[in-house]
Amino acid sequence: MKNVISKKFADRFMHVSFFCIAATSIFVLIAISFFLFYEGLPVFKSVSVKDFIFGIYWYPTSDPPDFGIFPLIIGSVAVTALSAAMAVPLGVMTALYLAEIAGKRLREIVKPLVELLAALPSVVIGFFGMVVVAPFLQKTFDVATGLNMFNAALMLTFMSVPTICSISEDAIYSVPVSLKEASLALGATHWETICRVIIPASISGISTAVILGISRAMGETMVILMTAGGAAMIPGSIFDPVRPLPASIAAEMAEAPFRGDHYYALFATGAVLFIFTFMFNLLADYITHKYRQTGEGSL
Amino acid sequence: MNKPDTTEKCSIPGKDTGCECSKPLKQKRVLTQKFMFTMLYIAAAINCIALLVVVFFIVGNGWQAITWTFLTQPPMESMTKGGTLPCIIGTLCLSLGAAGVAFPIGVSSAIYLNEYARQGKTLRIIRLGINNLAGVPSVVFGLFGLAFFVIKLDMGVSILAGALTLGVMSLPVIIGTTEEALKTVPDSYREASLALGATKLQTIFRVVLPAALPGILTGGILGISRSAGETAPIMFTAAVFFSPNLPSSFFDEVMALPYHIYVLATAGTEIEATRPLQYGTALVLIALVLGMNMLTIIYRAKLRRNN
Amino acid sequence: MNTSLKMRSKNLNFFYGDFQALDDISLEFYEKQVTALIGPSGCGKSTFLRCLNRMNDLIPSARVDGRIYLDDSDINLPAVDVVNLRSRIGMVFQKPNPFPKSIFDNIAYGLRVNGVKDRSYITLRVEESLKRAALWEEVKDRLHNSALGLSGGQQQRLCIARALAVEPEVLLMDEPCSALDPIATQKIEELIHELKTGYTIIIVTHNMQQAARVSDITAFFYTGKIVESGDTDTLFTRPTFKQTEDYITGRFG
Repeated sequence: MKNVISKKFADRFMHVSFFCIAATSIFVLIAISFFLFYEGLPVFKSVSVKDFIFGIYWYPTSDPPDFGIFPLIIGSVAVTALSAAMAVPLGVMTALYLAEIAGKRLREIVKPLVELLAALPSVVIGFFGMVVVAPFLQKTFDVATGLNMFNAALMLTFMSVPTICSISEDAIYSVPVSLKEASLALGATHWETICRVIIPASISGISTAVILGISRAMGETMVILMTAGGAAMIPGSIFDPVRPLPASIAAEMAEAPFRGDHYYALFATGAVLFIFTFMFNLLADYITHKYRQTGEGSL
Repeated sequence: MNKPDTTEKCSIPGKDTGCECSKPLKQKRVLTQKFMFTMLYIAAAINCIALLVVVFFIVGNGWQAITWTFLTQPPMESMTKGGTLPCIIGTLCLSLGAAGVAFPIGVSSAIYLNEYARQGKTLRIIRLGINNLAGVPSVVFGLFGLAFFVIKLDMGVSILAGALTLGVMSLPVIIGTTEEALKTVPDSYREASLALGATKLQTIFRVVLPAALPGILTGGILGISRSAGETAPIMFTAAVFFSPNLPSSFFDEVMALPYHIYVLATAGTEIEATRPLQYGTALVLIALVLGMNMLTIIYRAKLRRNN
Repeated sequence: MNTSLKMRSKNLNFFYGDFQALDDISLEFYEKQVTALIGPSGCGKSTFLRCLNRMNDLIPSARVDGRIYLDDSDINLPAVDVVNLRSRIGMVFQKPNPFPKSIFDNIAYGLRVNGVKDRSYITLRVEESLKRAALWEEVKDRLHNSALGLSGGQQQRLCIARALAVEPEVLLMDEPCSALDPIATQKIEELIHELKTGYTIIIVTHNMQQAARVSDITAFFYTGKIVESGDTDTLFTRPTFKQTEDYITGRFG
C-alpha cells in the first residue's frame, strides 16, 4: 500500500517537474522582453518616445547625437514588403506544386532541396549577395551600388520561401480529398479545383505561412547587414541602400559605449523589432487557432 | 452521337453537346491550366536552382582554399593567410554547448506537451510561448544574451554565454522535432506498458523514449546545425574578431566560422585579397551545416520508407 | 425493358498496383432506370463506380483496361476529355462533402467553372436544382449562409442538387445514405425515385433493403467479379446463384 502511494506521489512529482521545464520557453520569452526594456527604456531620458520612433535622423555618434529610428523602421518595412512581394507567390506556388502536381518521385527530390535552402546559414546567403548579386546588379541596372534594398529583398526571399512553402504545403495537403473529388466530379479542371476549392479551403493555413514568412524576413539580420547597403535614409527607389532595424543593431552594438545613450537606443531598437515580430507571431497564432475551431465545427 | 434533349442542355457552354460555341471556352480552360501548372513548375524550379547556384558557387570558388593548413592552422598575418582552425573549434564548442543546454530542456518540454499536458489554457499558453520564441529575431537573442548572460550573470563574452544564447534560440526546433517523434509512437505501446503495471514515468523512459529515439536525435542534429550557422546571437556574446589561441575553458571568448566570414567579407584589412579565404570558410561552414541536415533528411526518408 | 441503353462496361479490369480489384466486369445501364450495385465491403463496387467517371485517374498506382461506353463512345480512352466527361456524369459521394462556401455558391460552382456568368440564369438554376433535390423549402431563406451549417441529410441533398445543377445525364451515387439517419435516408430514397424520371442512376449500397426499395436492376459484386445481375425483384426473390442467396439473406458479408 505504501508502495502504491509513493508511486503515485512520484508520478505527480514528475508531472510537475516536466511542466516546470516546459514553461522554460515562456520564462525565456518574458526574460527577453524584460531585458530589452530594462536596457532600452533609459534612452527615453534623453529622447522622447515620439522623437525616437518618428525622428528621421539616425546619427547616434555625432554630437549631439540624433536617435530617430524612423528611417530604420521604413527600411525594415520596405525591404520586408519588397521581399514578401517575391516570396509569397514563390512560396505558395511551390507549395501548390509540391502538394498538388508533383509526382511522388519528384516530390521526394524537390522537398528536401527546399528544406536545405532553409538550412543555408544566413551569413552565407549574405556573403553570396555581397560578392555575386551586388556586382551583377550594379552592372545590369547601372546603379550606384549593388548593395541596396533590392539585393537584400532578393536574398531575404530565399530565406523566407522555405517557411512559407512548408507551412502552406501542410495546409494544402490537409484539405480533405472529398472536396477535391467533389469539384472534379462536377467537371472542374484540376486548376479550377485548386483555385476555387483547395486554396479557399486552406487559406487560413496559407495566411499563417505568409505571416510567419514575413516575420522571419523582418527579423533576419546577417543578410540585411551584408547586402542592404546600410544607409540610414528613407529610400526613394528599390535600388537605394537602406539600413533596417536589425542591421543597425548588429553593426553598432560593438562600438556603442556600455550603458551610454547609444547602447540604450540600440536596445530600444531591439524592443521595437521584437514588438513587430511578436505581433506577427500572435496574429499567425490567432489565425491558426481560429481556423482549428471552425475545422472541428464543420465535422 | 445521338442524345435526346440536347437542345436544353446547350445552355452550359462548356459541354460538348454539339454546340459550336463550346469549343473556345473549353480550350481556354485547358490552356489556363497548362499555363498555370507551368508557372507552378517554374516556381518550384527557381527554389532548387537558387540552392544549387549558391552551393555550386561556394564550392566552386572555395575548394581550392581547402588545404591541410587551412583546416589545421590559425589565421596568420592579420588574417590574410593561414587557416581557420580556431573558428572550426569555436563553432564546434558553441553548437555542441548549445545542444547540451537545449537538448535536455527541449526533450523534457516535448515530453510534457505530448505525454502529460491536457488540452486547455495552460497548454495553449505554453505553445504560444514556444511559437513566439521561434519567431524572435536572431539579433534580439543576441541582445538578450548580452544583457542577461554576459552582463547580468557576469559571464563575460564567452563560450558559455554564447552557447546559452544559442541554446535558448534552438529550443523550439528541438521541441518541435521531438514532439513529432513522440507522436509517431503508437498509443498501443503506452497502453501495453501501463497495463503491465508500469508507472507513467517508467512507460515514458522504457517504452516511449526508446521508440522515439531516432527521431529525437534527428531533432538534436537539426538544433546543432542551426546553432552552427547563426551569427547574430554570438556577435555580442561569444565571438571575437581574432584570437590567436584555442579556447581553454568555457569562459574564453572564441572565433567562429560564421562570424569569421562576416568579418573577412566586411571589415578585414584586405577584403579583395582574402576572397579565397572567405569562400573557403563559407565552404567549411556549409559543408558542416548542410552535411548535418542532409543526414537528417536521408534518415527521415529511410524511416518513412520503413513505415 | 422498353428504355434505351445509356452506358455499359465491357470486360473491365482494374488494378491497384499488383492487386486486381475488378475482374472482367461487363454491365449495362439503361436510361430512366436505377441500377444498384451491391456486395460486401471490398468487393469492388465502389471502385467500379469510380471507373465510370474516371475518378480513379487520381490514384497514381491504378491501372484499368477494358471499355466503358457512354452513348456508344468509349470513355476509357486516354484521349477522352475527363473534365467534359465528368460534367456529363454527376457523382454523389459517401460522406456529404459540401464546399466550405454558401449554399448558393455550392450549387453555382459547377455552372461557374463551366463558364456560365449570367447571374440571373445561375439564380434560376440554383433554385431549380434545389427544388429537384427537395431542399428548396428548407433553405430558400438562407441561401447565402454557409453550407456547413446544414444537417447531414440536408448536406447530402445539397450535394445532389449541386450535381444536378450541371445537368448530368448519368448520376453516380456512392453509398449516399451511409452517413445519414433513417429519416434523412428515407428522404434521399424518395428523391432517387423522383429523379429516376430524368436520369440514369447508378447507386452503390450495402444496404440490401435500400437496393430492393430504390432500384430496377441490381448487380451483385463479390471479390471483384459480378456474380449475378438482373431485374431487382427477381434477384431478391429468386436468385440464381447460391452466393447471391447467401448474401441477400444475410448469411455473410
